[in-house]
Amino acid sequence: MKILVAVKRVVDYNVKVRVKSDGTGVDIANVKMSMNPFDEIAVEEAVRLKEKGVATEVIVVSCGVAQCQETLRTAMAIGADRAILVDTAEELQPLAVAKLLKAIVEAEVPGLVMLGKQAIDDDCNQTGQMLAALLDRPQATFASKIELVEGHLLVTREIDGGMETLRLVLPAVVTADLRLNEPRYVTLPNIMKAKKKPLRTLKPADLGVDLTPRIKTLKVSEPPRRSAGIKVPDVATLVSKLKSEAKVI
Amino acid sequence: MTTYAAPINDMQFVMHELAGLDEVAQLPGYEDVSPDLVDSVLEGAATFAAEVWGPLNQSGDAEGLKWHDGEVTMPKGFIEAYHQFIESGWNGLRFDPAFGGQGLPKLVDTAVMEMWNASNMAFSMAPLLTQGAIEALFLRGSEAQKQTYLHKMVSGEWTGTMNLTEPQAGSDLALIRSKAIPDGDQYRIHGQKIFISFGEHDLTDNIVHLVLARTPTAPEGVKGISLFLVPKFLVNADGSLGSRNDVRCVSIEHKLGIHASPTAVLAFGDGPGAIGYLIGEENRGLEYMFIMMNEARFGVGVQGLSVADRAYQQAVSAAKDRVQGKEAGAPKGPSVPIIRHPDVRRMLMSMKSRVEAMRALVYVVAAMIDKAHRHADDGQRAQAHAGVDLLIPILKGWCTETGIDVASTGVQIHGGMGFIEETGAAQHLRDARITSIYEGTTGIQANDLVGRKVLRDGGRSMRALIAQIEGVAEELGRAPSADADALRIRLSEGAQALSDATTWILATGAKDLNAVLAGAVPFLHLCGVVCGGWQMARAALVAQRKAVSGDGDMDFYRAKIATARFFADQDLSRAPGLREATIHAAASTMALAEDQF
Repeated sequence: MKILVAVKRVVDYNVKVRVKSDGTGVDIANVKMSMNPFDEIAVEEAVRLKEKGVATEVIVVSCGVAQCQETLRTAMAIGADRAILVDTAEELQPLAVAKLLKAIVEAEVPGLVMLGKQAIDDDCNQTGQMLAALLDRPQATFASKIELVEGHLLVTREIDGGMETLRLVLPAVVTADLRLNEPRYVTLPNIMKAKKKPLRTLKPADLGVDLTPRIKTLKVSEPPRRSAGIKVPDVATLVSKLKSEAKVI
Repeated sequence: MTTYAAPINDMQFVMHELAGLDEVAQLPGYEDVSPDLVDSVLEGAATFAAEVWGPLNQSGDAEGLKWHDGEVTMPKGFIEAYHQFIESGWNGLRFDPAFGGQGLPKLVDTAVMEMWNASNMAFSMAPLLTQGAIEALFLRGSEAQKQTYLHKMVSGEWTGTMNLTEPQAGSDLALIRSKAIPDGDQYRIHGQKIFISFGEHDLTDNIVHLVLARTPTAPEGVKGISLFLVPKFLVNADGSLGSRNDVRCVSIEHKLGIHASPTAVLAFGDGPGAIGYLIGEENRGLEYMFIMMNEARFGVGVQGLSVADRAYQQAVSAAKDRVQGKEAGAPKGPSVPIIRHPDVRRMLMSMKSRVEAMRALVYVVAAMIDKAHRHADDGQRAQAHAGVDLLIPILKGWCTETGIDVASTGVQIHGGMGFIEETGAAQHLRDARITSIYEGTTGIQANDLVGRKVLRDGGRSMRALIAQIEGVAEELGRAPSADADALRIRLSEGAQALSDATTWILATGAKDLNAVLAGAVPFLHLCGVVCGGWQMARAALVAQRKAVSGDGDMDFYRAKIATARFFADQDLSRAPGLREATIHAAASTMALAEDQF
């Protein structure tokens, strides 16, 4: 079984992002970028499935600018076998990415497609679901455990009430949650090997996909600054303020 | 203690713009070293340093080591972290792929070593010593010795040690007394060695000791010392471990710093004699040691840089957190973090500028080492070699002394809390303190500098270096900006001071060696600040060019120019004073009779 994992290059989780002064977006010039952490978890899971003998090949795909190659190399250093970059500088919205991935899935025919549950930059949490719908395949989102049992995929997901286990018919789409695994540290020999693994670059036009955004961003702004709190003399005042001013109780 | 974050931006800037990573990548054997690959290696190492080694720095220092009946127990977490380190393949980064290494250049290795040292200097002693032993075996070991030991040492499965010092033989190795008695095609080693870093530990199941000792027929002095390989456990023909060799750890030292690095007293041959195998030829042991001396001294210079950066990161965090006093000119305003106070800023800038100057010098020398080893052209190789020989004592002496100063400033920024161990600032100062002592004290470096590196070649290498520095000063003259002009003035002044002091040393050395040696350490400091200023001036030129072209991170370039300016005004400006200290040291230094002390 082949596993295809989609990875996104995002602003590193340690970076404090700044909004561009013209309000058109977040300033990513000269900011450290890295792989979306949920995608890293998806790659790790796919590689573990390969190491267990469940999967035969792990293919990683990224859509975006040429620098996404670095993200793909990192995924290959974790253990993916080869990579595909859909090279475009256009703005990519979840539906466009889902369509690009659909075209690649149709060409590669993986038994399982994995994604992070969401990307930490725009927090859309849509691509995996859209892809499953476009492909008309079963989906399991927010996976915290995956097992292949008698040809079916058992996926445990974290839901409000506790844990839910789904049994999926393959091929399927699964998105990874935080607790699915803890990604390994990349090893030096694997970093060196990743450089020699195949990386194919495609253009959106090669896949016949129209990337035109369906949603228009009107404005991006900083969240309001938190104002200083106040001290209240006693519990009674606190309760009355919560009732009359904050109106939360 | 704060977490360690490798300064990858500055590392990349220095590697690309100052040390010439592109040129290194063109050397034979390094063709695969692309910028992308180097970035991935740096990121992988940075994550590992921050998350695996870093968290053990303070706990290892506080817990320390336990010795019991010849065995040493490492602090909690070290065994797991070490195994994770070697399983990740980091130990073999720069070694020959034929022995399982990754064959990366010294320049890349240096940036990664900076991260290990900065995240946990005591821990980094294990790979540092192993690498020294690998180097010796690789260069002078027999094919059979290499096949038996190198694979496991390159992987890190076994560690290595260097056994030079004995109680009566420290800086003067001519006094070594350990004996090696021939016994068939091997030797029996008897004697006591002290100050053996990682001489005993429980990280690995074998330790490969390299030991200096004398054979019975050896001549007196340095020409009668041979080098032996003495494994803790003998190795069977099939590579499995055999019987325990007759070498025991009698005790470990209680030290000022690097508490998690075991410093062993080793007794060889208390029983039948430790089995040792000769490396290379008899009586050439010290010569072999000298081959590695440059790299060992370079490695300690890297430690000076690393601890300084670690101390700087910690001080920045404290200066931003600690709220104390009002902003100057606003007595009624709110209390502010101490980073707003000009003197705290001065201290932070003095730390930052010296860290960056050291990093630039260290990486530039690393690239020179790569060229000296690999350049296809004989002339280029020889030139790089001469440059390395001259710069090593400067780098070792100046980076370690400066590292201690920077760590001390780090304590100062913390105020009273800096003096409290739990804060973690004091550890960097204690750890840094050894660096100006081992692998040759600052005094030894300074003597080497004036004796072997300046007087011996009649000042030729030093003149070539000064000419390069003057070239940068001229380039600054062509860059029209107030900063460039200020840098030019300081750098020219520094080059002139260095030139004057060199002229004096050359004129005085032959007739009054004592006078030259009395001024040797001030001269070393003079070389250090001028070399640091030289590299920061180069950095400023690149930054200015990039800032004008509008390509890249403007904040970084502006900061680089200001930092270079600070270094020039505050450190490089001392060059004329250091020239005076060098030239006039003898007048008073040797004036008193011994009984007046």
